[in-house]
Amino acid sequence: MVRPFSVLNVLSVLIVVLALAMLLPLGVSFMYGDAARRAYYEGVLITFVSGAALWVVTRASQAELQTRDGFLLVALVWTVLPAFAALPLIIHMPELKFTNAYFETVAALTTTGSTVLSGLDKLPPSINLWRCELQWLGGMGIIVLAVAILPLLGIGGSQIMRTETPGPMKDTKLTPRITETAKGLWLVYAIMTLACILVFKAVGMGWFDAVVHAFSTLSLGGFSSHDASFGYFNSPAIEAAAIFFMLLGGVNFGTHFLAFRRLSFAPYRRDPEAGAYVALLTTSVLGVAYFLFANNIYPSFWTALRHSAFNVVSIATTAGFASTDFNQWPIFAPVWMLFLCCFATCSGSTGGGIKMIRAELMVRQALRELMSIIHPRAYLPVKLSGQRVENNIIFAVLAFMLIWGGSVVVMTMLLAASGLDIITAFSAVIVCICNTGPGLNQVGPATTYAALSDFQTWVCTVAMLIGRLELFTLFVVVTPAFWRK
Amino acid sequence: MKIVILGAGQVGSSVAESLVSEANDITVVDIDGTRLRSLQDRLDLRTVVGSAAHPSVLLEAGIEDCDMMIAVTQSDETNLVACKLAQVLFNVPTRIVRLRATDYLSNERVLGPDCFDVDLAICPEQILTDYIVKLVEFPEALQVLEFAHGKVSLVAVRAFQGGPLVGHPLKDLRKHIPSVDTRIAAIFRSDSPILPEGDTVVQAGDEVFCLAATEDIRQVMHELRRMDKAVGRVMIAGGGNIGLRLARAIERDYAVKVIEYDKRRCEMLSTRLDRALVLQADVTDEGLLEAENVSDMDLFVAVTNDDENNIMSCLLAKRMGARRVVALINRRSYVDLLQAGQIDIAISPAQATIGTLLAHVRRGHITQVHSLRRGVAEALEAVVHGDRDSCRCVGRRIDEIDLPKGAAIAAIVRGDKVIMAHHDTVVQAEDHVIVFVTDKKLLPKVEKLFEVSVGFV
Repeated sequence: MVRPFSVLNVLSVLIVVLALAMLLPLGVSFMYGDAARRAYYEGVLITFVSGAALWVVTRASQAELQTRDGFLLVALVWTVLPAFAALPLIIHMPELKFTNAYFETVAALTTTGSTVLSGLDKLPPSINLWRCELQWLGGMGIIVLAVAILPLLGIGGSQIMRTETPGPMKDTKLTPRITETAKGLWLVYAIMTLACILVFKAVGMGWFDAVVHAFSTLSLGGFSSHDASFGYFNSPAIEAAAIFFMLLGGVNFGTHFLAFRRLSFAPYRRDPEAGAYVALLTTSVLGVAYFLFANNIYPSFWTALRHSAFNVVSIATTAGFASTDFNQWPIFAPVWMLFLCCFATCSGSTGGGIKMIRAELMVRQALRELMSIIHPRAYLPVKLSGQRVENNIIFAVLAFMLIWGGSVVVMTMLLAASGLDIITAFSAVIVCICNTGPGLNQVGPATTYAALSDFQTWVCTVAMLIGRLELFTLFVVVTPAFWRK
Repeated sequence: MKIVILGAGQVGSSVAESLVSEANDITVVDIDGTRLRSLQDRLDLRTVVGSAAHPSVLLEAGIEDCDMMIAVTQSDETNLVACKLAQVLFNVPTRIVRLRATDYLSNERVLGPDCFDVDLAICPEQILTDYIVKLVEFPEALQVLEFAHGKVSLVAVRAFQGGPLVGHPLKDLRKHIPSVDTRIAAIFRSDSPILPEGDTVVQAGDEVFCLAATEDIRQVMHELRRMDKAVGRVMIAGGGNIGLRLARAIERDYAVKVIEYDKRRCEMLSTRLDRALVLQADVTDEGLLEAENVSDMDLFVAVTNDDENNIMSCLLAKRMGARRVVALINRRSYVDLLQAGQIDIAISPAQATIGTLLAHVRRGHITQVHSLRRGVAEALEAVVHGDRDSCRCVGRRIDEIDLPKGAAIAAIVRGDKVIMAHHDTVVQAEDHVIVFVTDKKLLPKVEKLFEVSVGFV
C-alpha cells in the first residue's frame, strides 16, 4: 500500500534542499552583479516556503519508506523539482513561458541537455550556472537512483546490478544503508568533478567556464554557457579533457567507488560492462573518423579523428556537447551516434538510454535462441561475468525493451503527426528518451528546441522523464493497481 | 609396516587390496559395517566400525603405533580432522589425506604444519582428469605417464598394421629414427609380458610400452601405428566431478559436449563451463547421440558413476561412429572383459589413482609409482643415494646390477639430461632411475636395490 503523505514528507525535504541550492547562483549573481538577482530572491523564497509548508503539513506521517513508496517518490522528485527549479528562469525571462522553462529544467535535472534557450553567451552568468548546477544535482540523484534504488525496485532487470553495489542490499526496505551507499558514491562524484574543474582550468578555461562545464560533463548533461558548446574553445586539449571525463561519467559509479576504495583497477576489469563500453566507443570513434575522412569532410585524418572522437563520445555517452555541427556530416555518422547513445553507457552511470548491460543480455539471449534451435537439449544459460542470469531477469529486460521501443514509436508518431519531419521527430525522441541532448535537422546541434510547438515540447519533456526513470518507474505509478489498497 | 586406512569406499578398498598383498598390517575404519565385512571376507586385514574422526575409534584401530594413516573417507572434513588428530594426539609419522575441494588445495597454509599438517594430499578426481587429458592430447596412446617432472614420458601404444616398425625387430627402430633416443620398456602380447630384446619382432596387436623424452614421444608412437588426426571434438558422457573437471580442463582447446541426466546438475555445469555445451539427456539416449553428431566425435569419454552406463554408452557411441571411446570402469572383471574389444580404453579409477599413494607407502627412495595394465605391472621412479659401498646400484653398469628377471631399468634422468639405459650405462649417485616391473611380485626385490645400507647416514 502506498502512503502518499510519507512520500510527500520526504519530497518536502528535497524541495527545501533545492531552495538552498539556489543560493549558489544567487551568490554568483552578487559576484558578477548580473541582472538575475531578483529572480533568485523570489525563487528561493517561494521554493523554501512551499517546501517548509509541505513538510509541516505532512510531518505527522513521517515513516520509513517501503518499496512501493519508492516508485512514487522517484516519480515525484523528477516531476516536481523541475517545476520549482524553473522559477528563476520564468521570473528572469517572463517571455519563456512555463512550458519552455519546465522543459529546460527537466532537461537539466534528467541530464539531457537539450535547450530552448539561445544566446547563452549573453545570459547572466548566474543563469548558466544554475542550469549546469541543476545537471550536476540531477547527476547525483541519478547515480543513487541507478546504483541503489532502481536495482532495489527491480526495474527492467536492473536487479542483476544489485550484486555490484558496495555492501549487501538484500532487504527490500529503503533503509539507511542506501544513505551510506549514496554518501560513498557522491564522494566519488564530487572528487571527480573537482578534478575535472582543475583539469579544465589547467588546459585553458576560465574558472567560471571550468566549473560550469565540469558540472555538465560529469553528469553527462551537456549544457554549456556558450551557444557553440565546446566548439567555442576550439582547443584540442580541452576536448581531450572533456572526452576523458565524459568516459568516466559513463561508467558505473559503483565500480568507480570500489576502485577508489581499493585503489586498484581490478573492479573495472571485473565490471561486465566497462570493457564492452570502451571497446564499442573506441571502434566507433575510429570508424567514424575514417568514414569522415574517406568522404572528404575533413582534409586530414587527424582532424577527422579529433571531431569524431569528441562528438561520438559526447553523443554516445549521452552528454550531448558538440564541437562542430555534426548535422552536416553524411547521415550515416550521426545516425550511428544516435544508435550508440541508446546502448553505450553503463548502468549505474550518469548516462541515459537502454544501458550496455541490457544490450549485452539481449545479444546473449538472441544467441541462446539460435543455439537452442541447433541443440534442442542443451542447457544454455545466459551468463554475465561467469554468473548465470536468471530467466526472470531476461524477461524483465525483454519487457523493458519492448516498452522502450513502443514508447519511441508512439512519441515519434505524435511528433510526426504534429508536423515535424520524420528525421527531426525520430531523432528528437531518441535523444530525449536517452537523455542525450542535440538531435538532427531542426533539433540539431546548431539549433535549439525553441522552434517546437508547445505540444511537441511536452512530448519531448515526457520522453526525457520516462527515459530517465527507466520507463517502469513512471508507468507503474499511473497504473490503478498501484494505488489499490 | 602398520597402516590405518580410514574409509572403505572405492579408493579405500583398492588401496587396502594393493597394500595387503605387500605384507603390511592393515586396519580399515569405516562407519558402514557391511562394507567392512565384505572387505574382510576377501582380504586379510582388521576392520573397525565407527566414525573416522573420533579419537576413540582411531585408538581402537591401533593408530598409536601405526606407521602411516591414509584418510580416504567421502568427506574432506572428516579426513582433515582425522589427520590433525593423528598428528597431535597419536604422533603418526606419515599422514595421507584425500581432498576433493580445490579450496583446501589452493592455499598452501591449510595443509601446512601450522594448520592440518598433511604429508600428502591426493585428489583422485584430479588424477583421473589428468589421465584422460593426456589421452586427449595423445589420442594414439593407451596411457601416458610422466616421470622426473615431465621430462620423460612412458606411453603405452597398441601396434597396428601399417606402422613402420610393425613386423620388424626392435633394433630397426634405431635405423628408422636415428635422432631419437628411445627404449621399448616392455611388450605385452595377448596379456603376457615379453622382455624386449634387440631381435624381438613387434607384431600387430602388441601393447608396447616405450619410454622417451617427452618431446620425442609422438615420433616414437608414429613408428608403431599410423598417426590419427589430432583430436578436435570431444563428447563427455556424465557431468559428475570428473566430467566437470575434464570439461573445464579441455574446453579451451577442444570442442566439448557434456551429457548429463540430472537437470539441476546441468544448470550447475552450464554455469561453471564457459565454452562446453551441456546437454540434458540419458548418456545412452541413441536419438540424442545421433542428433549431436556422435559419429563426428574424435573422442567419446564415459565418466558417469555407473559402470554399466559407461560401457553401454561407449559401445553405442563406437557403433554409431565415434572414432575412439574411453570408459571409466570400476569393476575389474568388466575391465578384463572389455579392453581391446570395442572399447578402446577402459580406465580403472582405483588403479589410476593408487600410484601416487603407493609411492609414499613404499620404502626406499621411490618418488613415483605408476600402475600399468590395471595394476599388473608398475613403473617406478627411484632416486639413487649413497656410494659404491652403501648402495647396490651406484657406480655399476646396468648389466652389473642384480635386477630380478622381469624388471628393467628403462632410463636415467641426471640433472636435466635424459639418458636411455643401455647395458653399459653407469648409474651415479642422485640419478633418478626409471624402472619397469612387469610383475608386481618382484617389487620388494627391486625396492631393496635402491635402499642404502645401514652404514650410510
